[in-house]
Amino acid sequence: MDLTNLRPGSVVDGFRVGEKIHEGGMAVLYRVEREGGEFPMLMKVPRLEFGSHPSCYVGFEVERMILEVLTGPHVPRWVTKGSLDDTPYMVMEYVEGRSLHEYADLAPLSADEAARLVAALATAVHDMHRQEVIHLDLKPANVIYRMDGRAVLVDFGLARHGHFPDLVEEEFHKPVGTSGYISPEQIMGNRDNPRSDLFALGVILYQLCTGRLPFGEPTTLSGFRRRLFLDPLPPRRYVPDLPEWMQEIILHCLEVEAENRYATAAQLAFDLAHPDHVPLTDRATRHKRAGLHTIFRRWWRSLRTEPDTKAAPTTHLAQAPNILVALDTGTGQEKILQAILAAVRRAAAADANCRIMCVTVIEPDISIEQDTGHELANSLYTRRLVELHHWAAELQLPAHRLRFHVLEGTNAATVLLEYARQNHVDQIIMGARGSSGLRRILGSVSSRVVAEAGCTVTVVHAQKTA
Amino acid sequence: MKIAVLSDIHSNLEALLACLAHARYHGAEQFVFPGDLLGYGADPKACLEIIAPMVNAGAIAVLGNHDKAVLGGMCENLAFVARDAIYWTREQLGQPERDFIGALPMVARNGNAYYVHASAASPERWTYIDSGVAAAKCMQASGSPLTFIGHVHHQTLYYTAGGGAAQVFIPVPGVAIPVSRQRQWLAIAGSVGQQRDGNPAAAYLLHDLQRESLTFFRVPYDYMSAAAKIRAAGLPERLARRLEKGN
Repeated sequence: MDLTNLRPGSVVDGFRVGEKIHEGGMAVLYRVEREGGEFPMLMKVPRLEFGSHPSCYVGFEVERMILEVLTGPHVPRWVTKGSLDDTPYMVMEYVEGRSLHEYADLAPLSADEAARLVAALATAVHDMHRQEVIHLDLKPANVIYRMDGRAVLVDFGLARHGHFPDLVEEEFHKPVGTSGYISPEQIMGNRDNPRSDLFALGVILYQLCTGRLPFGEPTTLSGFRRRLFLDPLPPRRYVPDLPEWMQEIILHCLEVEAENRYATAAQLAFDLAHPDHVPLTDRATRHKRAGLHTIFRRWWRSLRTEPDTKAAPTTHLAQAPNILVALDTGTGQEKILQAILAAVRRAAAADANCRIMCVTVIEPDISIEQDTGHELANSLYTRRLVELHHWAAELQLPAHRLRFHVLEGTNAATVLLEYARQNHVDQIIMGARGSSGLRRILGSVSSRVVAEAGCTVTVVHAQKTA
Repeated sequence: MKIAVLSDIHSNLEALLACLAHARYHGAEQFVFPGDLLGYGADPKACLEIIAPMVNAGAIAVLGNHDKAVLGGMCENLAFVARDAIYWTREQLGQPERDFIGALPMVARNGNAYYVHASAASPERWTYIDSGVAAAKCMQASGSPLTFIGHVHHQTLYYTAGGGAAQVFIPVPGVAIPVSRQRQWLAIAGSVGQQRDGNPAAAYLLHDLQRESLTFFRVPYDYMSAAAKIRAAGLPERLARRLEKGN
């Protein structure tokens, strides 16, 4: 049966074929339905006829293998697959929503709009990395936004599962990806680095903010290789009123050497959601490419083969956790603050890529008149923020590994739990039920956080002197 | 249907029992023993008392080089410690055990799976599959989508690409790896009874026919007892230490 040319109304293994919604060089997509089907579905059929590109087959095999094991809202729900022998197809959820491609066509977008779109996308990418998969072909056409704003990734034909054999690598022996978005290390033949996806996110951000691709769309290998040593023109050259934080984030993603980029997509998502907290470096105000000296050094380096960094995505993520430190700085409980400091120091030393989010919760003061109340709260807010910075200074960590937040809420546990959930926190470090005044707040807080957090919680006790 | 592939048991009763229990817990209904049931360990008879009834009931077993050595000959190809263990093993076995070993085939087929101890390319030469080239020859000779072997004690998965040498993949224990029928796969199950990679845990794999996947496992077992028995039997100290250190 020629599955690439099905008529509407025909039936394949119980699926009634509807409209053909896409006919590309690699695959054909149909809407399909099945009795009792709970959500809209599509059938993807690869082009396997004589003369079709070998990547059609391998891409199909790889996508089938990987999509089947992925779960959650950021991928199309898996339905089933046909036999590779005579009915090669897979059926998955048809995701209703807008493609990022449509937004990209409207670029340049405002920095806020681009940040919102890519923060949702980075959350989806982080979820893939947590499931051991690097996408390796992120571009606007492969991203769809559900009605609720969550991003869905499609087309896993070039993806890499850290625990499966890499069928793409053995098939091609040359860089595979989309020319505008492929990372420098992919060009060097490395398909094992989750940060390659962060590079593509940087390209997408650049494109959304400026309407241009930072490296164009080269078609030759030497054109591809230029990005190994030549960094892009800073986006503010094209859009002078682009906020500095956005240029900082974009150029951080587009660092040539992968280890200089964000460690995780979760860190990128956090910064896009909290632009005020992004520490600005020289990236923020740069107005030209790196100097000749740097370019030459990178070029020289690019001629030699890269050391192969083989680490499955989850192994990489395990070394780059987001650690939330909940502090109650205003109580003068120096002992517990010192004990927490020691615990955080150990964590920071163990995982060189971790990010420490220092957080405290204040109660909104509603007892006095609005104006004065606001003023008072503001000053309390500032005081707490200063105290957090003061406390963290002793960690002696570079600015990009620290974030500070003074949160407001009447129930500290609820506020902390919500913050941890939204910001992909991997571990919470907080003080135990203390003595005296702390007991009232922290006592109940830590026990509730321990009970309800979806991540590891470390409760720190101040050492008692005998 | 799940098939457990337990290779290179080498008379290690504790490891065999641990792997069988683990496999049954994970739903194994069929069992395959791709050779080297004997040699090295102190429990040849007890192991055969478990394996022989399973084979009589339909499990598959093929002959390994250590099994063949137990039947007779000078064993010139084996290292000294292995040879000592073979001579000792010969004294432990009676005629029924020798008959069982003597009746084992060199290769076996079941559906699209092919089982052999060393290499399908020349089963009686006990070739070690230690490269993509050797793996490609083996797969070509077996002609089956899936070839299961032992002999090499390291868990490894080879698979065919466009042509030439096969690709090599080192599996992560406990992860089900999809093996599409569109290419050929050569799985080295690892050794149940004697590790050589520094990790003393026993090794075997589970082949899931429905899901078309292979899962490689490492199973902790009581290697202290197995090593103590080797010492008590007067077998070379090296063999006991090997179980404790895993290499």
